[in-house]
Amino acid sequence: MATKAYQKIYTHLEAITKATVSLKAPGASNDELAKVAGRLAQVVKTKGDMVTLQVFAGTEGIPTDAEVTFFGAPPTLKVSEQLSGRFFNAYGDPIDGGPDVEGEEREVGGPSVNPYKRMQPDQLIPTGIAGIDLNNTLVSGQKIPFFADPDQPYNQVMADVALRADVDKIILGGMGLSNDDYLFFRHAFENAGALDRIVSFVNTTEEPPVERLLIPDMALAAAEYFAVDKNEKVLVLLTDMTLYADALSIVSNRMDQIPSKDSMPGSLYSDLAKIYEKAVQLPSGGSITIIAVTTLNDGDITHAIPDNTGYITEGQLFLRADSDSGKVIIDPFRSLSRLKQHVQGKKTREDHSQVMNAGVRLYADAQNAKTKLENGFDLSDYDLRCLDYAKEYATRLLSIDVNIKTDEMLDTAWELFAKYFKPEETGIKQALVDKYWKA
Amino acid sequence: MITTGKVTGIVSNLVTVEVNGPVAENELCYIDLKGTKLLAEVIKVNGNKASVQVFESTRSLRGGDSVEFLGKMLEVTLGPGLLSSVYDGLQNNLATMTDVFLKRGEYTDPLDHTKKWEFTPEASAGDKVVAADWLGEVKEGWLPHKIMVPFSFEGEYTVKSVAKAGSYTIDDTIAVLESADGREIKVTMTQKWPVKVAVKGYREKPRPQKIMETGVRVIDTFNPIAEGGTGFIPGPFGCGKTVLQHAIAKQGEADVIVMAACGERANEVVEIFSEFPELIDPHTGRHLMERTTIICNTSNMPVAAREASVYTAMTICEYYRAMGLRCLLLADSTSRWAQALREMSNRMEELPGADAFPVDLSAIISNFYARAGMVVLNNGKTGAVTFIGTVSPAGGNLKEPVTESTKKAARCFYALEQNRADQKRYPAVNPIDSYSKYLEYPEIQAFLDEKIERGWVEKVNKAKFIVRKGKEMNDQINILGDDGVPMSYHEAFWKSELVDFAFLQQDAFDTIDALCPLERQKYMLNLIMDICDRNFEFEDFGKCREYFKQMINVMRQMNYSEYNSKNFKEYNNQLSKLLESNGN
Repeated sequence: MATKAYQKIYTHLEAITKATVSLKAPGASNDELAKVAGRLAQVVKTKGDMVTLQVFAGTEGIPTDAEVTFFGAPPTLKVSEQLSGRFFNAYGDPIDGGPDVEGEEREVGGPSVNPYKRMQPDQLIPTGIAGIDLNNTLVSGQKIPFFADPDQPYNQVMADVALRADVDKIILGGMGLSNDDYLFFRHAFENAGALDRIVSFVNTTEEPPVERLLIPDMALAAAEYFAVDKNEKVLVLLTDMTLYADALSIVSNRMDQIPSKDSMPGSLYSDLAKIYEKAVQLPSGGSITIIAVTTLNDGDITHAIPDNTGYITEGQLFLRADSDSGKVIIDPFRSLSRLKQHVQGKKTREDHSQVMNAGVRLYADAQNAKTKLENGFDLSDYDLRCLDYAKEYATRLLSIDVNIKTDEMLDTAWELFAKYFKPEETGIKQALVDKYWKA
Repeated sequence: MITTGKVTGIVSNLVTVEVNGPVAENELCYIDLKGTKLLAEVIKVNGNKASVQVFESTRSLRGGDSVEFLGKMLEVTLGPGLLSSVYDGLQNNLATMTDVFLKRGEYTDPLDHTKKWEFTPEASAGDKVVAADWLGEVKEGWLPHKIMVPFSFEGEYTVKSVAKAGSYTIDDTIAVLESADGREIKVTMTQKWPVKVAVKGYREKPRPQKIMETGVRVIDTFNPIAEGGTGFIPGPFGCGKTVLQHAIAKQGEADVIVMAACGERANEVVEIFSEFPELIDPHTGRHLMERTTIICNTSNMPVAAREASVYTAMTICEYYRAMGLRCLLLADSTSRWAQALREMSNRMEELPGADAFPVDLSAIISNFYARAGMVVLNNGKTGAVTFIGTVSPAGGNLKEPVTESTKKAARCFYALEQNRADQKRYPAVNPIDSYSKYLEYPEIQAFLDEKIERGWVEKVNKAKFIVRKGKEMNDQINILGDDGVPMSYHEAFWKSELVDFAFLQQDAFDTIDALCPLERQKYMLNLIMDICDRNFEFEDFGKCREYFKQMINVMRQMNYSEYNSKNFKEYNNQLSKLLESNGN
């Protein structure tokens, strides 16, 4: 993001808050970038001649006579094949010691794809994890977050999923990543020998929070380059979107906007949708799939951030520690993939959706039995069978450390059904029972 | 003289314009961004400052940019060719845009001006006509599309001439009318109408007379929606709102379906226009897309156009209603529209109401719902707009402003429940909290007596009672334990489970179960109610559960089988045998 040669320099700030500065600068354009005392800023409000700039790195130490210069353009990223294998900060500058990227300069946060030009996503993304492939199958062009408490190993699971997925490029957008997690991703990508198909944009906890706001746009501008220009299958990883939303609320608060639920800005839904809706299956074959992380506070999905996210994304993968099996599992009740019916039974075996539903329904029966047990009631024979089933189902299928093919998952499920239940207790269509029941 | 102005303030998509002449509330204007024209709508005027909401991204707009006012409100173009089109919220045709990405300031024509339509005149010279009277007809797909006296015409007119039968474009003159003061006016097949104004031009709006069949058992039988009625579906995410709405769109007994995807996922819209052209309307045997118009303002498209999208959709429905057709409007989701209102209200620094929504939210919602309804046209024929909106309550909590405001306006309430969805009991419509006010209408009761069977509503209420009772019994069992309650508690609980599994639950992804016609609903409910009327004998609660589970299993297999097919009858026999083995 180079500055232009001739430009007017302003030297009088009228107002300063922790995240914004205001000055008289007639002719500044909306969303335009500027530099305030050497720090990158963006125009967020114009009122008469007064312009309010959001300073990404924060305003600590900025004096009222700070130098302000305008770039005349919104944030951009230089795109080319040279992005591959590189690590960048929120401004798109290299942080891996390598050279600057040469390429076409593109505006980030650009327009949306015409919905009429989209294709119906129908390509399966297998991950080997049964909690995903069996119960919540992923499809290319989908957008789906992990919902997880901060103590869950979501970044590890996400790295596993990314490296197993059959995609051409992986783009990591790290927001408020701890330095340890940043290094974890770097090592995971290096160890897998996959570095050349990965592009990373990283904002760590050591960097100012408002900078995070640029990360998704940067990552998705790179993703659009590979998906639209190069017809590649691109997987974008965004972690952690809760920290992104927190940064949004900081800025809106400093701009005196009336907060809505959970002190989040009223535009939270639109702000998140702008990011997630970049997920797309293009007619040319290119696609952008987004897997994100939304950390929860003690599993609370009614908080404005996970709540708005759930309404935007095509499902969610809910990570939870299971006390029966001692494993971290993908919770079958709270997880959902909205696009699964486009691939289940079409790209996978015919019995997929019925087996999935039966497996989850029986697991729900086990939860009821557990409640009874906790309340000190006698358990029926059926209850006991459910409990045994649940433990094995969680260990062999729901656990995140499973790595098997989808057919194996289905066979395992049939095996468990036969071990613990009678065919009529599963409620599966007779024709499928006749064909697959493991007597 | 046209009013012009200059941009003086920008916050996101709210722009302040200093104007040099008169402007009207809701008047449109174009903001000139280096040659690209951005459409905007006036939402507030203060002195010579007008606040406008821009229907596009305001990126790179700057203070001093020029603005030109258009002297009209947001309008839709009405005429043959609306069906099977895909529009954005401002009625731009998305199919005729060339680029993969939406370009700012690209506005495309909603209707095809070159296509010829086979016109048949219906009025003749000398006829006295008023707005919305029929002059002739073209065939749009298989539907009779009436060419009407434009809605905006006031007073009575005399028909001077009507075009002969033949093929015409939408811009050809098909009739000449003379006003009371002797002016001659040419009428074409198209007209424009401001979206925020309800289309009138009918004689009266009576109470609904019949139900609109959807093929969804929990709706048609348990809480039917009337033709010309209103309903809403609130529910947390992941409870199957969209699946239920798509089922209604596919199977609803209506001539015209308008779907407004308002601030929702783009892939859901893609699903509609990639699946609908393949799917067949179960009532007419024609392709679904031929009767469907999609208004699509997805969540990443400009926020201000969300509001426009629901009004555009409603106006198109009202247009077809005036032709004597039955229209169904589905809007998903009205919460996103309310949020768009909130964003604007917030940027204008208005004093907020509950949850920061604007204080007039409730009035806006009820005015909108009031535009639905069945009408008797001037010629005595009837038309209807049935409206079903979805609501996405924050945190799944129904005590929030949009749900509460909608509850006051809509007559049917289909509450989707997280708990049911968790247990995969789809459609996750809560059978106890949901209601249809139409079941209380004597007109509807009489209709159901006639159409299904005498005393039907009574039977439905009895089924509801069984479900409610079963829930109470289950609560008791959970408190006192399986052994701590009499056997009759178990029996009552399992009877409610039978109603739930064999009737309320329905597999929207199964080709057969997805659509259950009224006749089949009647058969199944009668079968179930006969079982529920019986008294059974069980040794213990385990046997009771086992027995009912067998019954449920057989009835589910029946639901998966073609009605009255060999398989269906075989399962029916199995059921009869099961019943012979126990109870009386």
